[in-house]
Amino acid sequence: MHPPFLQIDNVSKHFGAIQALENVSIDISPDELMVILGPTGAGKTTLLRTIAGLESPDRGTITMKGQDITQSQPTDRDVALVFQNFSLYPNKTVRQNLEFPLRAPGRNFSNSGITQKVEQTAEVLHITALLDRPAPHLSGGEMQRVAIGRAIVRQPRLFLMDEPLTNLDAKLRESLRIELIRLQRDLGIPMIYVTHDQVEALSMGDRITVLSEGQVRQTGPPEEIYERPVSPHVARQLGHPPINLIPVQNQHKKWTTHSGTAILPVGQDAPPRATLGIRPENLLTEGGEIPAQIEVIEDLGPSTILLVKWAGESIHILVSGEPRWQVGDEIYPRIEPERVMVWPEEKRNGHGSHPLARQ
Amino acid sequence: MPFLELQDLQKTYPDGTRAVNGVDLSIGEGEFIVLLGPSGCGKTTTLRMIAGLEEPTAGRIELNNQDVTHLPPSQRDVGFVFQFYALYPHMTVWQNVAFPLQNVGLPEPEINTTINRVADALGITPLLNRHPGQLSGGDQQRVSLARAMVRTPDVYLMDEPLGTLDTEHRLELREFIRSQQLALSVTAMYVTHDQEEAMSLADRIVVMADGEIRQIGTPSEVYNTPTDLFVANFVGSPGMNLLTGKIVQADQNVVFTNDEADTHIPLSHPLEPAPAILGIRPEFIRPSTTGLQARVMLSEYQGSHRYVHLDSPLGNLIMRTEAALHFNAKETLCLQFDPEHICLFNPQTERAF
Repeated sequence: MHPPFLQIDNVSKHFGAIQALENVSIDISPDELMVILGPTGAGKTTLLRTIAGLESPDRGTITMKGQDITQSQPTDRDVALVFQNFSLYPNKTVRQNLEFPLRAPGRNFSNSGITQKVEQTAEVLHITALLDRPAPHLSGGEMQRVAIGRAIVRQPRLFLMDEPLTNLDAKLRESLRIELIRLQRDLGIPMIYVTHDQVEALSMGDRITVLSEGQVRQTGPPEEIYERPVSPHVARQLGHPPINLIPVQNQHKKWTTHSGTAILPVGQDAPPRATLGIRPENLLTEGGEIPAQIEVIEDLGPSTILLVKWAGESIHILVSGEPRWQVGDEIYPRIEPERVMVWPEEKRNGHGSHPLARQ
Repeated sequence: MPFLELQDLQKTYPDGTRAVNGVDLSIGEGEFIVLLGPSGCGKTTTLRMIAGLEEPTAGRIELNNQDVTHLPPSQRDVGFVFQFYALYPHMTVWQNVAFPLQNVGLPEPEINTTINRVADALGITPLLNRHPGQLSGGDQQRVSLARAMVRTPDVYLMDEPLGTLDTEHRLELREFIRSQQLALSVTAMYVTHDQEEAMSLADRIVVMADGEIRQIGTPSEVYNTPTDLFVANFVGSPGMNLLTGKIVQADQNVVFTNDEADTHIPLSHPLEPAPAILGIRPEFIRPSTTGLQARVMLSEYQGSHRYVHLDSPLGNLIMRTEAALHFNAKETLCLQFDPEHICLFNPQTERAF
C-alpha cells in the first residue's frame, strides 16, 4: 500500500449560513483517478477549489505527499484545474494558450523546451493541426481539448477537473471521456474528477466518492458503490434507469408493500419497516408469482426499459435486446432475493449499514 | 393519407447559410415523429417553418388538407411547446394551466371543462389549488405538460422540451409523454439531439444532418439497419463500430477482411467482392475461442453492463458485455460478430449496400 498522495482530513467550509463542506475526509493514492459524484449544490466544486487553494477551509487539513498545504498559496501547490467552461485566452492562438503556463513567473523553461512540451502535448490531444489557430475559431470540443492541454503541458502534481465535459455534445463526451482516462493512466498523475453524470463516474473512477449536502456518503470502487450502496440515497446516484426503491413492512415474516402484497420473505433480525432496493436489471420478466401490467415500453436498442405496475408500485425492469411485449401485457416479474438490498427505514436518508440481503 | 406533409422544404438565410435543404416528409394523423440530429442539422428550423415562425425559401407545407406554407402562425392550428419547466410561481396550478385558454378568450365554463379533462388525464387534479413552489420537480413537469396540452391543436410541435431536466426527471417525463401519446393519439413532431429520447418516444424517427433527411424509419429500423455511416454512428451510445476493409470470396463463403487481418469475418449477405465498411453494434460482438484477435485497451464498468474498448487489425472497436465479466488491459481476446447483425456500407458513397 502506497501512503496516500493527498489526504483531505475533516475539512469543513461554510459560506454564511450555508454549510458547503462538513467533515470531509478523502485519501487519494499517487496514481488514482478519484471521481467526486453528487448533485448540484453537493459541495463538489467547493471541495475542488479548496484543494486548489482558491478557498480556505474553516477546519481540517489537506496534506500532499506528507506536507501540510492547507494554508499554501495556489501557485505553490502545483495543481492544474480544468473548468466546465472552456477558459482560453481569446486573443491568443492555441500555441500561445498552451505556452502560457510554461512562461509563468518562476518557471524557467528554455524556448526550445517550451516548444517541445507544447508539441508533445498537442500530439497527445490530437490538436497539432490547430496550434496556430486563434482560440475563438475552435469548436467546443476543440476548445476543451486545448483547455485540458493547458493543464497537462506542465505536468502538474495533481489534476483537478470540474465537470470538463458537461458542455459538450454526447458523441464528443463519449470520446473525450476515454481519452481522459487513457491520458491519466499514461501520465500517472493523480486526478480528482468532479461530475454529476453517473455514466462518467462509473466508467472513469478508480474509486468514486459520493458527496451530498457537503458530506461524504460513501467512497469505494464503482462496483462497490453500485452493488453495495450504504443507503437508498447513494443507491439512487448510480444506475439508469434508477434503482427501484420500495418501502415495505415486515408482516408475518414477509416484506409487504403499501398495497398489502407480500413480495419477499424477510431475513433474520429484520426491522419492522425497511426500504428495498432492486436494480432494474436484476428483475427477470418471468417466473414470479405476482402479476405486473406493462405501462410503458422503451426500446433503446441494446436494451429495453419496461415501466410496470407491480404490487401497487411503479417499477422499472431493464432487459437486453428488443421488446417482446405490448403495452397492457401482463408479466410475472421474478426477484432474485440475493440481489435485493434492504435498508432499515430509520437509515433511509443518512449513513447506513451495509444492505443486509439475508435469506 | 398524410395529415402533415412537407414537400421539398427549403430554408436559406440571407447570408447564404442553407439551414434546410429540400425536406420531404409525410406524417399520418396520430403519429409521434421525432426529428433527431446534431446541432445545426436543420431540425429546429424545420419545426419553426411548420409553426410559421420562419418563412420557407421554397417548398410547401400542408396541414390537414390545407396549404399553410405562407399562413401566419395564428392561422395554423399548431401548438408549439418549449421547455416544460417554466411555470408562473405566483399563480396556482389551475391559473397556470388556464392561462393559454384565457389568452385565446375561451369562456370560463369551457375553460373549466377543459382543465378538468386534462388534469384528470395527467393525474394533477389534487394539485390544482397549489402553487408551483409547493410541488415536486416531477409534478411541476406534469403541470407544464398540462399547460401545453389544454389546447388541442392539429399538431404539437415540441422543441427539446426535456432539454433542461436532470436524467431522472427526463426519464419520468418521457415515459409519461409516451403513455399519454398512446392513450390520446396526438399528432406530434418532437425535436431532440438525444438519440435515447428519440428511440424511446418516436413512432418514427427522422434523422437529419446538414439540412437533409438521412433516414426515416421506426426506432428499430434506424437502429438496426442504418442507411448510411452518419446514422450508424449517431444513433446508439456508443454508436455502431465501423471497420474498414473489403468483401472477398474465400472458398465457398463471402467474408470481410483487410490486408492486416488474417481473420475472415463470415457474412450472410450474398455480395460481390468490393471495398467495404463493416458496421456492428457493440452488443453483437462476443468473446469466443476463435475469431478476430483484439487487444483490450480499456474496460468501462457501467453497472448494468460493461463496455470493453479493443484494438484489432480491423480497427478500434467497442464490445458490450455483462457487467460481471472482467477484462485486463492488454489482454488478447478472440471476437465473434453476429452475422445477422452485420451492416455493410460503400466507403465511397458512405451508404449501406
